[in-house]
This record gives sequence, C-alpha cells and structure tokens, in this order.
Amino acid sequence: MGRSVKKGPFIDESLIEKIDKANSNNDKKIIKTWSRRSDIIPDMVGHTFAVHNGKKFIPVFVSENMVGHKLGEFSATRTFTMHSGDRKAKVKQGAGKTGSK
Amino acid sequence: MARISGIDLPKNKRIEIGLTYIFGIGKSTAKKILSSTGIDLNIKVNDLSEPQVNLIRQAIDKEFKVEGDLKREIQTNIKRLIDIASYRGLRHKKGLPVRGQRTKTNSRTRKGPRKSIGSLKKA
Repeated sequence: MGRSVKKGPFIDESLIEKIDKANSNNDKKIIKTWSRRSDIIPDMVGHTFAVHNGKKFIPVFVSENMVGHKLGEFSATRTFTMHSGDRKAKVKQGAGKTGSK
Repeated sequence: MARISGIDLPKNKRIEIGLTYIFGIGKSTAKKILSSTGIDLNIKVNDLSEPQVNLIRQAIDKEFKVEGDLKREIQTNIKRLIDIASYRGLRHKKGLPVRGQRTKTNSRTRKGPRKSIGSLKKA
C-alpha cells in the first residue's frame, strides 16, 4: 500500500538540511548520504547524490523523471556474479542436452 | 458481427463475457460499461442491435484505454523505469521478478522455461 498523500514525501531531516544549504548557495557539489529511504523531491533535481549501498557511495544524478522514487532505488546493494558454468553452457547449447547430474 | 476497438467479439457468448476479450476490459469493467449504457448483460453478442454496439463503442472510447493504446502506455512506463536506471528498471531488463519475490526457486513466469546448465564432465 502506498503512503498517505496527507503526509507528503518522506525525507530525512539531515538530508533536507543539506539540500537547503546547497540550494541557497547554488552549490552543485556531490551530496553524500546514507539516507536511501528518502523520497526524491523536485528540489533535488539537478543535484548529484552519493548514495551509500552498504559498502560504497554510488553517484546518482537526479533527473526529473526520478521524482517520487526513493534514493535507494538507484544504488544497487547486490552484486551478481555469473555462475562459473555459464560460459561453457552457452557454447554447449547447440550440442544437445546432457543430464544435469 | 460486433467489432469493437479492433477485436471481433465471440458470437455465442453473453456480452458481459464477450467484452472481456478486449485487452484492458475485465469482468468488472464490462459490467460498468453495460450498466452505464443500460444494456442487459445477459444478451448474446449476436443478438445485439447496431445502435447498442455503437453505444458500447462510445462508452469505451470515452472512458477507457484499451488494446494498443494501453499496451503502449504500459511499455512507456516500463521504459521510463529502465531509463532512469532504478532497481525496478533493472529487474525488467533482466527479466526477473520486479516486486521482491524470491528467485531461488519459482518465478518461472518471468524467467521462462528452465535452462539446464548440464554437467561439466562428459557422462
């Protein structure tokens, strides 16, 4: 279920402060943040955020289409490593199926 | 023959069911359309008169997005998610479930038929 409209978007206080400061100084420096749970609001468009993914800070340039999403959606927390067999399986695909033992 | 938004409706079904053959119209939407136009939902599609068909056509055009238009809207919504590189977009791109379902097992609808990796050694 979605969040009640009455409450408005959720943003961490600490992040609001940083954004207000940057906007009043016309400052386009990267804003470092851990607040993945914060909504993206129109004020943030044009800024670049460094969003923590649990290990590193991923740079996220906020565009207009991103408004309404959360910062965390743009900073992936998982790395997918390919299965070691994948490359061989692809080559073998034409050569008929072998039993999966 | 009733042809509505590019779809031939099945002749021998009740109009309530017949309308659901249009992409974007399910049973509840069909009921809504029929009650707003004042058509009995038990009439067979074949027995509809031409003015009644036109009435239904207008009701659909006015209120609902169906078939191609609806499919296009869905695609643009997905494309938007992919373009902004959000997590949901990535999942769409990879053909994996988007809403946090497990992928260790199941989710075959999204992933398609099972691909066996095959043993490395020759049996």
